Amino acid sequence: MITKKVANVTEALKGVKSGMTMMLGGFGLSGIPENAIAELVKLNVDNLTCISNNAGVDDFGLGLLLQKKQIKKMVSSYVGENAEFERQMLSGELDVELIPQGTLAERCRAAQGGFPAFWTPAGYGTEVAEGKESREFNGKMHILEYAFDADFAFVKAWKGDAAGNLIFKGTARNFNPNMCGAARITVAEVEELVLVGELDPNQIHIPGIFVQRIFEGKDYEKRIEQRTVREKTT
Amino acid sequence: MALDKNQIAQRIAREVKDGYYVNLGIGIPTLVANYVREDIDVEFQSENGVLGMGPFPYAGEEDADVINAGKQTITTLPGASFFDSATSFGMIRGQHVDLTILGAMEVSQDGDIANWKIPGKMVKGMGGAMDLVASAENIIVAMMHTNRAGESKLLKKCSLPLTGVKCVKKIVTNLAVLEVVDGGFKLLERAPGVSVEEIDKSTEGNLIVGGGIPEMQF
Repeated sequence: MITKKVANVTEALKGVKSGMTMMLGGFGLSGIPENAIAELVKLNVDNLTCISNNAGVDDFGLGLLLQKKQIKKMVSSYVGENAEFERQMLSGELDVELIPQGTLAERCRAAQGGFPAFWTPAGYGTEVAEGKESREFNGKMHILEYAFDADFAFVKAWKGDAAGNLIFKGTARNFNPNMCGAARITVAEVEELVLVGELDPNQIHIPGIFVQRIFEGKDYEKRIEQRTVREKTT
Repeated sequence: MALDKNQIAQRIAREVKDGYYVNLGIGIPTLVANYVREDIDVEFQSENGVLGMGPFPYAGEEDADVINAGKQTITTLPGASFFDSATSFGMIRGQHVDLTILGAMEVSQDGDIANWKIPGKMVKGMGGAMDLVASAENIIVAMMHTNRAGESKLLKKCSLPLTGVKCVKKIVTNLAVLEVVDGGFKLLERAPGVSVEEIDKSTEGNLIVGGGIPEMQF
């Protein structure tokens, strides 16, 4: 077995430098790589380009990196929950590329699977299509979108093993599997690192070949952005 | 009487048919789930990776790992499944989802829709809306007929940056149910007690009125 296990988050982020492009999994605050983000704050690297569906909230998730102005550019689909983000974007301090969510996911998957580019109808006729090639297939217009090119992918899974195999939980899965193997180095943090052989090969979501480093994360807060509940009727 | 948001959702729920996979956007569309008939089988898809969404959890049973596209805590129903984002948009782009219901800031009489950006003012992003409107065959827009300033949101041409072109088929507002046809918005139904004149006055785009227009049924 080829082992991907590293001792801790410090070792997992070795080689991270200012100016790099990184992918970060998560939808809202669900399934974000909390340990990797905390370490990026600690390393104080800046001029980062971050590919992530959202930008966190003011005091959590990618918002922590925004607060310290470590991010030069964000590539996201929806950034509505972060006031500091909006301020930096409108003042021009932060470069922002907003792209359709399905295109974001597919640009990750293309990078993972070896496709340089693909055609999608999403964004045709809008400002997203400006400067992009377009072409008609089956009577419908499509635009050409390219695979991402990233240095690191930081993902969060529920369970994993030293071989790098991953299993995700609920909607915390989201972009995480699509980002595995989509960057030069994929770092997976898991809530529980189990012994090799414990995970059923039939149930693996991401095979270890897509992961270069894996470690068991600590102190997950797993903050809920919109707590919605219903009353119990008796 | 113009409808409130819940009544708009209630009217749209009548468009949801047995066997449909349905994607609900944020806002009024989310409320539609509350009004779907109980004797039909429908599954709700959320773009962040769940099919078979159920109601909100009971207090104390919330799970940070189970949310909808609005980041609200949810539950799942028997038969539900979770999947990654690329698979989720494969369902959408591949036209496996039968009905998409979403909100809008503006709709044009050609079926263009704008709902993601007000230049210089509000930039939240398109989320999954561009993928949805580019691929869905069956799109219903849920919105108020006019904005807070009283200006029509049903226009000849959208003034805001577009989300998609020639894609909206049906619109349900607080005043009316309309269909996008060649040449304008065809008025199908009126909100109870709302006159054709009132609807016409609130519609900047070309309103097509043929014969008697019935009141909405709920």
